[in-house]
Amino acid sequence: MSARDDILRRVRSALDGVSPVTDLPPAPRAPDRGDLVALFAERVEDYRAVVTRCAPDDLAGVVAEALGTARAVVPPGLGLDVAGSVVDDGLSAADLDALDAVVTRAAVGIAETGTIVLDHRPDQGRRAITLVPDLHVCVVDASQVVADVPDALALLDPSRPLTWISGPSATSDIELDRVEGVHGPRTLHVVLVG
Amino acid sequence: MPAFPTAARAALGDTQLRRNLAHATHTIRDKRAKVVAEVEDWEDLRLAGAGVKEAALRDLATHLETLEASLVRAGATVHWARDAEEACAIVARVAHDHGADEVVKVKSMATAEIGLNEALEAEGIAAWETDLAELIVQLGEDLPSHILVPAIHRNRAEVREIFLRRMAAVGRPAPADLTDEPAVLAGAAREHLREKFLRAKVGVSGANFAVADTGTLVVVESEGNGRMCLTLPDVLVSVVGIEKVVATWSDLDPMLRLLPRSSTGERMNPYTSTWSGVTPGDGPQEVHVVLLDNGRTRALADDVGRQALRCIRCSACLNVCPVYERVGGHAYGSVYPGPIGAILNPLLRGVSDEQTASLPYASSLCGACFEVCPVRIDIPSVLVDQRAAVVDSHRGDRVPKAEAVAMRAAAWAFSDARRLAWAEKASGLGGRVLRRFGRTSLPGGRAAAGRLPGPGAAWTGARDLPAPPEESFRAWWDRTDGGRHEGEGPE
Repeated sequence: MSARDDILRRVRSALDGVSPVTDLPPAPRAPDRGDLVALFAERVEDYRAVVTRCAPDDLAGVVAEALGTARAVVPPGLGLDVAGSVVDDGLSAADLDALDAVVTRAAVGIAETGTIVLDHRPDQGRRAITLVPDLHVCVVDASQVVADVPDALALLDPSRPLTWISGPSATSDIELDRVEGVHGPRTLHVVLVG
Repeated sequence: MPAFPTAARAALGDTQLRRNLAHATHTIRDKRAKVVAEVEDWEDLRLAGAGVKEAALRDLATHLETLEASLVRAGATVHWARDAEEACAIVARVAHDHGADEVVKVKSMATAEIGLNEALEAEGIAAWETDLAELIVQLGEDLPSHILVPAIHRNRAEVREIFLRRMAAVGRPAPADLTDEPAVLAGAAREHLREKFLRAKVGVSGANFAVADTGTLVVVESEGNGRMCLTLPDVLVSVVGIEKVVATWSDLDPMLRLLPRSSTGERMNPYTSTWSGVTPGDGPQEVHVVLLDNGRTRALADDVGRQALRCIRCSACLNVCPVYERVGGHAYGSVYPGPIGAILNPLLRGVSDEQTASLPYASSLCGACFEVCPVRIDIPSVLVDQRAAVVDSHRGDRVPKAEAVAMRAAAWAFSDARRLAWAEKASGLGGRVLRRFGRTSLPGGRAAAGRLPGPGAAWTGARDLPAPPEESFRAWWDRTDGGRHEGEGPE
């Protein structure tokens, strides 16, 4: 018997006579917390990420300022001119390692948890570009901010790879002291538009 | 591994270990309590999370077949492994097929459980752990002692010493001016591992959840090493216990809200990656998923113990456990320590060996573990049930255990009032002797027996036996007529 058939047979025999769960208790919703965009900004900052709010017309300037002299990679569909940046056309990991920063947009922002979710469409690019460079400047539109995790799940497409980001990379593995920046970007700068 | 009482005695003598553990468990415990208190309907969220997992388990065969079909549709290759040996062989074969003599690994309880690193090493393949704590454990040639923070038993000075001593042998050496600042140590790990990430051909992961209807795997982490392993290599192999399945995409909702708050005490962990099979032009272009049994169907068949398979490996139960806090994870002799390990190991492996059979007794049954469990595993009830399983496994023994003899004697004494009165007198006498000669005293000054001779040694080897009172309740009642004539004291 193949391992597959054997395991499925064992599962069925283990559950022989066990009744299925028919009524799932619904997951409760967090209460209304008012201004979601303000809450999102506050919760992202709680992770020691940098948050800048700006009007759509000021976006290019704010991004340029966030980058400073850092050399950035941008996804092909960013829809924003970033001076001196390299457009990703399948750069190798070593190429990405030689760059300092990345600028992307996002798919969803979650206010309750201070999370941004990337679904890696052309305005966000491949997963590797937001991973290897040390500074991630992420542009989130105020209209993309939702209240909580279930709202995000309802909007996201599970057939796409997704990256949920809450603050910069961090570890607490040595004496439970939190250190920002291990293997992912050490700095997360969220630019909140509108 | 020695049985729990033996291993615990050694750990209890290590004051550095106890200090490290007490600091760590209290820090996480406080953080968790704070973020859990933020959620008004935490209890309802727990019920929802328990429901999602319980429902998936009770119809597991259906969900596994759905998961397999969805994964294949998304371009993944699905393997099934009955046990550790089969699972390790599958991973080794994938690595060999690509001529890889090394793999990068994101921390995974399932691959630790099956001893994958050792199995790969025997095949000439180096497995690099990339989680900082796992790296510390691996370089220190040590064993993990906590589910979430495997190097919880090491302090910063020890970590610095391990990095300086061992990093050079396996790759980029630690800088000579390395200090013991956590940020500096994390920086050294970053440099050391980055060269491995950038050249790796094969990545190995586990999964926190596997969504049946969409074929999505989920990995929850903090450092970004997970993203590195899941994204940069050409080939990805994920070893997934069959109990990780949830039915639908929306079922992730209570889970992703419960896990980070219970585990690291955060509203959300820094990184969560989800993927379904292969994405053209992005990430590994060859994706394998190994669905692992290794005792899970044995646990599934246990009506009381089945709930342990709901476990999402958050480790909240470890951090509140008075036993874990004092002895640490190594004493449990398994990658699953603490209260959950005390039930999971016997459920997965059975109680046929002395070490596993000792684990259900490694508890005070105080119930704190159930209180914090985000998926409401009633660990104390399962512990008691597993103790019964241990006792049952000895019913046919030709020579009964001392405990069974003692229980039989107790039953004989308790079933007759005269015998009981006699036993109480004898115990009062014993109490008087202990008070005179007892070597140990308990908090509050009560005398205790350190270690009894003869058959009692097995019991008192790991416990203090408080001195019995000089007068029994029944003797006191007779003497004072239920407290109405309080006399001068016992005769």
